[in-house]
Parts: sequence; C-alpha cells; structure tokens
Amino acid sequence: MKKTKQLFAGLILMALGLGTAQAEYTLNLMKGVTKVSNDIYDLHMLVLWICVFIGIGVFGTMFYSIYHHRKSRGHKAEQFHENTTVEIIWTIIPTLILIGMAIPATKAMIELDDVQESEMSIKVTGHQWKWEYDYLDNGIHFFSSLDEASNKVRQVGSGIDPRSVPHYLLNVDKPLVIPTKKKIRFVFTSADVIHSWWVPDLGWKKDTNPGFINESWTSVDEPGTYRGQCTELCGKDHGFMPIVVIAMNEPDYNAWVDQQKAAVVAEAGSANKQWTTEELVAKGKTVYETSCASCHMQDGAGLPGTFPALKASPVVTGDINAQVKLVFEGKGMMPAFGKMLSAVDFAAVITYTRNGLGNSVGDSIQPSAIQTLQSATPAAD
Amino acid sequence: MSAVVAEHDDHHDHHEHGPAKGLLRWVITTNHKDIGTLYLLFALAMFFVGGTMAMIIRAELFEPGMQFVNPQFFNSMTTMHALVMVFGAVMPAFVGLANWMIPMMIGAPDMALPRMNNMSFWLLVAGVLLLASTLFMEGGAPASGWTLYPPLVLQTGKALPFAIFSVHLLGISSIMGAINIIATIFNMRAPGMTLMKMPMFVWTWLITAFLLIAIMPVFAGAVTMLLTDKFFNTSFFDAAGGGDPVLYQHIFWFFGHPEVYVMILPTFGVASTIIPVFARKPLFGYSSMVYATASIAFLSFIVWAHHMFTVGMPIAGELYFMYATMLIAIPTGVKVFNWTATMWKGSMTFETPMLFSIAFVVLFTMGGFTGLMMSVAPVDFQYHDTYFIVAHFHYTLVPASVFILMAAGYFWLPKWTGHMYDERIGRLHFWLSVVSVNILFFPQHFLGLAGMPRRIPDYAVQFADWNMISSIGGFIFGASQLLFLYIVIDTIKGGTGEKVTDEVWEDAAKHSLEWTLPSPPPYHSFTTPPTVIPTEHI
Repeated sequence: MKKTKQLFAGLILMALGLGTAQAEYTLNLMKGVTKVSNDIYDLHMLVLWICVFIGIGVFGTMFYSIYHHRKSRGHKAEQFHENTTVEIIWTIIPTLILIGMAIPATKAMIELDDVQESEMSIKVTGHQWKWEYDYLDNGIHFFSSLDEASNKVRQVGSGIDPRSVPHYLLNVDKPLVIPTKKKIRFVFTSADVIHSWWVPDLGWKKDTNPGFINESWTSVDEPGTYRGQCTELCGKDHGFMPIVVIAMNEPDYNAWVDQQKAAVVAEAGSANKQWTTEELVAKGKTVYETSCASCHMQDGAGLPGTFPALKASPVVTGDINAQVKLVFEGKGMMPAFGKMLSAVDFAAVITYTRNGLGNSVGDSIQPSAIQTLQSATPAAD
Repeated sequence: MSAVVAEHDDHHDHHEHGPAKGLLRWVITTNHKDIGTLYLLFALAMFFVGGTMAMIIRAELFEPGMQFVNPQFFNSMTTMHALVMVFGAVMPAFVGLANWMIPMMIGAPDMALPRMNNMSFWLLVAGVLLLASTLFMEGGAPASGWTLYPPLVLQTGKALPFAIFSVHLLGISSIMGAINIIATIFNMRAPGMTLMKMPMFVWTWLITAFLLIAIMPVFAGAVTMLLTDKFFNTSFFDAAGGGDPVLYQHIFWFFGHPEVYVMILPTFGVASTIIPVFARKPLFGYSSMVYATASIAFLSFIVWAHHMFTVGMPIAGELYFMYATMLIAIPTGVKVFNWTATMWKGSMTFETPMLFSIAFVVLFTMGGFTGLMMSVAPVDFQYHDTYFIVAHFHYTLVPASVFILMAAGYFWLPKWTGHMYDERIGRLHFWLSVVSVNILFFPQHFLGLAGMPRRIPDYAVQFADWNMISSIGGFIFGASQLLFLYIVIDTIKGGTGEKVTDEVWEDAAKHSLEWTLPSPPPYHSFTTPPTVIPTEHI
C-alpha cells in the first residue's frame, strides 16, 4: 500500500513537472488574448486534469495487477466474473463527472455564441487561396495572401531555408487590422470551397461556407500581432493561406483607417494615367505571382487536367477583350477577378500574360478601361 | 464416440469435397476459411500500400519546406492513405477475422451464404483496385480528404466518378458481408449456443454488422448526390441552386461516425477474447460488456455533428451534440474498467497477443481521453482540424484497431496454420511497435495544441522539432511492420516447427469452441454441431 502511495506521488509530480515546462516548449494550448480564449483554456485544463486523474487510477490499477497478478510470480487466478455493484458504481461516477464538465462547457458555449451588441463588423470571405476582408462600417476592403518571402521558399525544391524567413507561412502581404477593447462581429462566407478562419489567440475557428453566412465575435484587450491559418482543407494551397490580425489602440487604428482611405483615392488616380506596356508588364509580373501562379504555375505551364496552361493558350493569345471578360467574370474553378484586383493590377496582369510567360502578342490594355468596366458592373453584394 | 463415427462417415460420402486444385481454388472458393484468408491477406497487402502513403506524408513533413511532393499530390496522399486504410485494410481485416472465426466460434460448418461471401470479397478487390487506379488518372487521385466534402471534391479531375463508383462497390461488398454475418449468427448457432452465451467477438460483430447495413447506403447516397451535382446539374450541395454544402457533412457524418465504430467494436470483441485467456480468468461483466457495446452502437447514430462543431450550427445543436457525445464516455469507460477487472487477480502471462491487447487497452484509453476533451464543444473550437484530432483518431485506430488485428494474428495464426510463430520475434515486433507508435503520434498532440492545422504539406518553423520526432517514429513504426509480414510468412511455412496442440493456449478450449478443433482445423469443421458449449467467458 505504501508503495502505491509513493507511485501515485511520483506520477503527480511528473505531471506537474510537465505542467511547468509547457510555456517553454509550447506543449499546451495557448491561453490567447481574449476572455473567451481564456475560458476555453481553463475548460481545456479542467478536462485534461480529469483525464490525467482517471488515467492514473485506471492505468495504476492495471499495472499493479500486471506486476502482482502474473503467473511467473505464482499468482493463482481467482474466478470471480461479475459484480453488479461495481458496475453500477463505475457507471454513476463517470456520469457525475460528465455533468460537472457539462456545466462550465455550456456557459462557455453560450458566451462564444453571443454576437449581440457588437460595435463593428468585418466580413471575411474565403478564396482559394487568400482571404478577403470587408469592413462593413467604413467600406475598407482588401485581400490578404501569403507574403512573398514565404511564397518563394515554399515552392517545391526551392532549396531556401524556411528558417531564414521571419514567420514562415504565417505572414501575409496585408494583415487584418482591428481596434482593441471593442466587440467585433465577424461574418464569414466563401467565394468557392469551404475554408475555416482560425486565429488560436482569439480562441476559436469558424468555417466559411459558400452561399451561407456564419458569425462569431472577439474583443481583444492588448495590442499585438496574432497569427493563424486556414483550417479546412480547401485544395492545393490550403497550407498557404495564413491569417494575421493586428490589434491596435483606438488612435492607431483610426490613423490606419485614414491611411487606407487615402490609398484608395491615390489608386484611383493612378488608374487614370496612361501606362506603357513595359510598366504594365513589370507590375503584372508581381500580380501574376501572387494571384495566378498558384494554379497556372510560375511559368504559365498550368497543371494538365486541372489548371490550363497560359503559355500559348488560345484565350491569352487571342482577342484581348475576350480574355479580359473571362478573367473579369471567372469560369468554373477560375474566380471572377473583376472585383478582386484593382484596375491597375488587373490591366497589368492581363498585359503581362500576353507579353510574358513565353507569349508575345504585343498589345496591352489600360487601367482606365478596366476602371470603366468595374464601375459599369454592379457590386456583387 | 458416436460423433467420431459420424464424422468418419461424412468424410466417406464427400471425399471429393476438398479445396479445388491450383490458383482457381482462391477465385471460386466458397469456404469460409479460404475467404477469411483472402480477406486477411488482402488487408495485409493494403496495410502496406496505405502505410507507404503514410511514409510519403511523414517524409514530406520531416522538415519545413517542400522537399519531395507538390501540395496537390500531398493532399491525394492524405486522402488515399485514409481511404485505403479504412476501406482496404482495417475493415477487410475484421471481415476476414469474422469469416474465419464466427463459424468456428458458434459451431457452424460455414457462413450462411457462401456464394455471396465469395462475391463480397471480389467486389472489395475490384473497389479498392478501382480506387487505386485513380492515382494514375488525369488530375490525380481525389485530394479532398477522405470525407470528400463538396464543393472541394467537385474540383477533382477525371478521378471523381471512378472514386464514387469504387465507394459504391465497397459499400455493396460491406453490406453483403454484414448480411452474411447476421444470417450466420442468427441461424447457424450450435444447439445450446444462446445469444447470451456467444463469445464477445461474435457479439461485437453482430452489432457491427447492423451498423454497416444502416450506414453504407447512407454513404452511397451521399456520394451519388455528389455525382449528380457534378454531372447532372443537380444542386444538392450548391447554394446557388438552393442546396447546402453543409448538408453533405451531416449525411457524411451520419455515416462516418458509426463507421469509425465499425472499426472499433470488433476490436473490443477481440480484446475481450484474448485478455481472459491470458489472465486465466473469465471475462469480467460479460453481460454489461454486451450492453455497453450495444449502447455505444446506438449512441454512434446520434452524435454525428460533433465532427462539425465549427461549421456554424445553432447553439441548441452545439449543446445537444456536446451532451450526447459526452455520454459515449460512460459505456466506453465500462468496457475499459471491465478489461482491467478481468486482469485483476488473474494469473497473467504475456505472450505477444496479450502484450498487444494490453497496449490496446492503455492506448485506446488515451484516444478515449482526447475524445472526451474534444466532446466539449467550446474547446473543440480550438482543437478542431488540428494535429490534436490527428493524434486522437490515430490513437483509436493504430495502437487500438491495428494493434488488436496484430494480436488476433498472433492469437489465431497457430490455430489457422497449425504452426507456432516465433515468440521472440513476435515480442520484438511488439516492443518496436509500441514504442515507435507513441513517438509517432504522441507529439502530434503538442503540435495540434500549439496550432498546427491538419492536412497541410508544409508548416511554420516552430512546429519543426515535433514533426521531425513524429516522422522518425513513423519510419521506425513502418519498418517494424515488415517483421510482422516476416512472421506471418514464416508461420505459414512452418514457424518454429513446434507441434501446436488443439488448444494452443492453456485452457483456451474453456473459453471458445475453435480451440476444440484440431490445429489447423479441417477444411470443413463442425459438419455436425458440437454438443458442449464453453461458458468460461460468461
């Protein structure tokens, strides 16, 4: 009996030792930065400890038995094989434990679900393979995709050490910016397949279903940068559509909003100027790499059977207006880029595909023409 | 004495009634032992095919960065690994065990529907080969995960209709197998073998067979809707036409959750068979084991949406599925407690089948614990679709179902072949497997909690260390299984050369009827029903 007690104490100490080590080795769930994420963490620890203690009891009994009740130690088998009382006991005790777990779990679930009285709303749309953010209150709108440095490294056989890139695969070109200490409601949908938006520090993930709206909310107290990823398999580049959320104090956030609005005005201005083919091709190359290369490949060769090649493609080398229409409206798996790209980016990438990737059609299209097209098309939503 | 005479006469009347000569024997056979062998060998082959895919996955994940395969092929590998392991390896292996053991355990001469038995095996082969052939099609094999969620799955290349048809074939094969098992158990038990005297393995398979009949048509229906959505302009799962992609998930998991129990209930049955023999004690709480199995089977139908907590359900749905899921812990706990109580005050020895069975109880319970953690819906908002779930279900499948299949192999190979396997190599195989499987899967808990999503071909550098450790565990585990292949071949060819008795294991005949037959059993066994029913297990 003394031996068992010692064994017990040892096991508990070991478990505690693991508990203190967890911060350094990220063995455990992160606490996160919201009240909800902290409640979830506490619930996680509660159930984990319940499991640890049941485990110690069951495995302890089993190993005691394995050690003592073996034939090689001359133990004779007893022949009992039934005991209704113990069966009832080990049905009722787990039931009570489960009720004990269900109560705090229900509270946390209700809290997580309550999107009422939010102060602002952000619409998140999943795309293969990037995120689109719409600030429903002030009209800010942009796409967020994997940063260029990570994108270079993650090409098969790139040979570049991922450790040379800060936040490899967890960095984006344009992060989502939110104010601190405000209840923010997120609405989720998707333009193509199902994705799932997860930032572990916020404590939850939510699927984005095409044609349907999901909701969730957060309220972050401390400014900071929080990173996450898509967590629902969404095709080839599922592993390459990270999420970065930057929480800012109210004044910083307001400054950011003003800056975004100014950028929209500047963008519209640059669309009106006359661009040379060379300028468009140069700009188009970078747009191509972030928006097109994941399917049509870096060299425009496509993926036979799934994604068509752009090199020597009849569409790309044919009538420019037909190509613009196709890219603008999308077709099958090809998303409608009309509202996804700015007029300048759109014109640039069209011009690039016609004069790069081994094609040499020689013509170009001006951003102003795209702008006309964009203002002629009613907003999708 | 009279029984011996009767058997002798029988032999004279049908002396031509042995196996057919040559390879054709295996094609046309309707003998439950031959078909059982075919199933088991096919499953073993598929275990290595699916295992090779797992090795490709672990090789790519060995280090951050993309080294070997492109992301699309990586997704095909995760998808095909799961489909091959579930439908090609684990399920057929248990059907193989059922074919071999159920008639011998209930004192029947064969399965009730021997011709259908043959057909169900060859349909399985056709289905799995068709599935494997999609690897070579334009656009590659399905890459949408084994759950085949739309709309993603509809982006599959030429392979989609072939994969769907293969699911149909596998479904038909499973349903036939299940019908056969039910018909056999209900109609062909020896006199005196009442339901509540049946060995636990027979009980668990009876319940599993009902699950299969209930769920396989549901899955077939779901994938047929995918087919019509893709090719016939229906919109079951397309919001633009009034459908809902989440509907597919509800249908899939109504199939999928009982499906995972199809892989674990017979596992329970084998464990309940092996542990008493090596504890030299009757199974503790036979009737509560039967009721617990039935309860788990019933609950499996009403908990499906716990796979979908983050899909956007109303709060009432979230809470209901959380409570219902928690309930599963109760009958599952009863089973674990009963196995422990069976070992308690026994007289245990630790031959390879017992070692694998004990490892099963411990490691399955680990999988049960993480299952309990994930039943808590709000916390699942963190765990969902991370490596935590990957660790969870691999614990319930690999060191549980697969370990028990190994245990069953070691336990019954001497009976099937009449030869003893090499105990030293068996134990070496066990220790290598049990250590490496934990190196492989335990770190995946940490990865999931630290935020690594599942089904990604490349990852952020903070996940590098545990992934490397996990991959090393994976390679050792994979290589160790070659030992099992060696043991199986070696035993079939003669093993240690030691003559095995009818009982093989000490007093095994007190537990179940197969041990009253010679080792190996005659091609046709129990042509006259046995008169004494063993009751040690109840």
